Amino acid sequence: MTNSIREIPVSEAFLIIGSNTTENHPVIGAMIKKAVITGGKKLVVVDPRKIEMAKYADVFLQILPGTNIAILNGLMHVIIKEGLHDKEYINSRCEGFADLEKTLERYTPEYVADICGIDDPEMIRKAARILGNAKPMAAYYCMGITQFKSGVNGVKSVANLQMLLGNLGVAGGGVNPLRGQSNVQGACDMGGLPNVFTAYQPVTNPDARQKFQNAWKIPTLPEKPGLTIVESMNLAIEGKVKALYVMGENPVISDPNQHHVIEALKSLDFLVVQDIMLTETAEYADVVLPGCAFLEKDGTVSNTERRVQVMRKALNPIGDARDDWWIITEIARRMGVEWVYNSAEEIFEELRAVTPSYAGMTYERLENELLQWPCPTIGHPGTQFLHKDRFARGLGLFTAIEYTPPAEQVDPEYPLVLTTGRLLEHFHTGTMSRNSKILDAIVPEPYVEIFPNDAENYNISDGEIVSVSTRRGSIRLKAFVTKRPKPNVVFIPFHFHEACANVLTIDALDPLCKIPEFKVCACKIEKVYP
Amino acid sequence: MAIKITLDGREVECERGMTILEVCNKQGIRIPTLCYHPQVSKTGACRLCIVRVNKTMFKTACTEPVVDGMNVISCDDELIFIRKSLLNLLLLEGDHNCLYCEANGNCELQSLCHEYGIEIPPAGDIRNVRTRDVTSSEGLRREENRCILCGRCVKACAEIQMNRVWDFAGRGSHAHLTTHIQDVLGDSECVQCGQCVQLCPTGALSFQTVYGRGLEWELTKKSSICIYCGVGCKIDFSINPQGELVRADGALDGPNKGHLCVKGRFGFDFVQSPKRLKTPLVRKNGELVPTSWDEALNHVADRLKQIKTENGSDSVMAFTSAKCTNEENYLLQKFIRAVIGTNNIDHCARL
Repeated sequence: MTNSIREIPVSEAFLIIGSNTTENHPVIGAMIKKAVITGGKKLVVVDPRKIEMAKYADVFLQILPGTNIAILNGLMHVIIKEGLHDKEYINSRCEGFADLEKTLERYTPEYVADICGIDDPEMIRKAARILGNAKPMAAYYCMGITQFKSGVNGVKSVANLQMLLGNLGVAGGGVNPLRGQSNVQGACDMGGLPNVFTAYQPVTNPDARQKFQNAWKIPTLPEKPGLTIVESMNLAIEGKVKALYVMGENPVISDPNQHHVIEALKSLDFLVVQDIMLTETAEYADVVLPGCAFLEKDGTVSNTERRVQVMRKALNPIGDARDDWWIITEIARRMGVEWVYNSAEEIFEELRAVTPSYAGMTYERLENELLQWPCPTIGHPGTQFLHKDRFARGLGLFTAIEYTPPAEQVDPEYPLVLTTGRLLEHFHTGTMSRNSKILDAIVPEPYVEIFPNDAENYNISDGEIVSVSTRRGSIRLKAFVTKRPKPNVVFIPFHFHEACANVLTIDALDPLCKIPEFKVCACKIEKVYP
Repeated sequence: MAIKITLDGREVECERGMTILEVCNKQGIRIPTLCYHPQVSKTGACRLCIVRVNKTMFKTACTEPVVDGMNVISCDDELIFIRKSLLNLLLLEGDHNCLYCEANGNCELQSLCHEYGIEIPPAGDIRNVRTRDVTSSEGLRREENRCILCGRCVKACAEIQMNRVWDFAGRGSHAHLTTHIQDVLGDSECVQCGQCVQLCPTGALSFQTVYGRGLEWELTKKSSICIYCGVGCKIDFSINPQGELVRADGALDGPNKGHLCVKGRFGFDFVQSPKRLKTPLVRKNGELVPTSWDEALNHVADRLKQIKTENGSDSVMAFTSAKCTNEENYLLQKFIRAVIGTNNIDHCARL
């Protein structure tokens, strides 16, 4: 997030697009609900499903999955036509506006409504006026923006909108992606990505490599960016990736196109899985290493608003489970390097020396202060919101973006659109939530949400077992007939190994960041006769 | 703007807009409260915070704003008499027997009765037998005979979780808690965030996880950060002498400001699941079999070395974890880059 959770009461309006906030980030969801219901703030919700937030929205735009860019362009078209954009902000802080304006010309509400499957184009005008007239307005999004083959462009479009309205670099505004895992922000910050070291220092930059070579006392570091998860799976099948080390991930359930993933794992010469349970992925492993669960260890995690917090050990490790850092250190030592770490704090001291945005943080400070990166020096108070007065790159860059359709279109054989996501009671691949008694008791089994008219067309009643198929596979699960999804769209939560939604999903990738298009593909649904 | 009031005969400076209770808290003067909670709005329902204002008036300190020149007495014989009477009435109305109440030791009513020296109320029938619904909800128990109608749960749901599941129904001595359209909790729209339980001052609402698993004074408290989504809620965990996790409360100093969702509240017993891995496993003859750390680590190191030598560094890939700490993520990418010699590292940021 460019901005902070505690700024929610300051925002005058909210745009929630591609985020089922009350289910997936319930605490933030409740805060936004409060601002809207009791604070009288405006809310525009854009989503293919009638999520809970839609109930409180001033305008709810129920779009077809994969049409985010069209709707955002449509909103911006209206904002410019009606002169609601912040001209002074655009002139003084941004560049590339002329190109954007030209591209937006043809995204009239009528044109966009047609692409997005919205009946009344006037709704788009109404939403644009709400967003354009409230300042500051905060945009919140989640995987409903990013998990498309046009994911990068989706994010850039949200940034376009916020720069157009002068909502970046101000308290209560911002482009606010809600991070879906407790430390996904930290894993990125720490260089758990194929192209960057910590704090996003590119591996292709010789100065950055030199810096890490000095810090790590080694002669060279590889300069070629590495593979992303989905790419590595493809190369495993081709026999070019031979060994895979998986720490606390479960690609068999979480990655698109499950059959392909399993084929890749089977093609490997050597698979190590380090986890807390024997996950579906660990079942294919050559070696399984038991790691500590979160309550059994010390360490820091970074949340969605860049706030770094210290976790303290609350329980003794179960059985012979060990700290993940101990396991990695031991393997490294056995491969011939002299690594000595006695505590998580020692590692933090090392990492902050090479990570400019964390350089001013210490365990002592983190336990006593609210610190958000960048926090470059001891004494620096941390950063509540980014891009104040100037953007990180200088001028904010507008990117003219055209709408492109998803990789797979519906056709007579696969006539419905499938979208996937999470539920309130469960989490990701279910390793944690499905092994928590109460959570699993609340929602014990998978289901597919289908609109009543569609259910009738396929002669499906609520609670019946159906099969859902795509070009990649087929699963059987219960039908849940509900008006939540848009007509012609079905929704399946992906937590359930017994009917794994990722058997169905497509592994089409965004060309730049390689994010898979989980959120839209073509499917068919059939009643299963016993 | 600063104003002056007289508090227990002492002149005190305070800000306009503060309540008498807030001024007393700031001055370290204890006022008994039950319906008041800093996270929700104030109603002055329980009347226990009653104080004497300008000699002749009785006001509820939690709702009464201070005005310049106000004279406040926080405690005198008459106030003690009123507070005792109120506590006696509360005890009479419900079934408050600490012997079989899981809130024993963690009950604000119990503490106040102790503080004010309340005797056992005269024997007699409980006036209203109210709802006992301890099975319909997976996470929450409702034992309304212990309810003192303070309304904190109603406000927790309406003002923090914003769900409005709880409300009051009935009038006078028939007043009681209700969920909308009088469903049992399990059939209501409750999302089991548990905020009402966290704010309940008695044992009227409690967590299923607490029942029979240790009393307040046996529990150890430890804080950590929630393992689920990226909000980073700070949680205070309660652990019983057997080392079991029994309760999770939202911490006020986290980004969650005391709130939690159903996952943060109830999604932690996986840590102590019998399915947890307890030893390293190595595949032998097609089966994963338990082994020692030494053997497992040596095997991993040897195989990685061998594959690196035979096929080059780029034939090795690592998935690091958004569930692990910064330190662990840092170390794994260092391992892959510095020891293996490749940038093949990624995690589920895109998944």
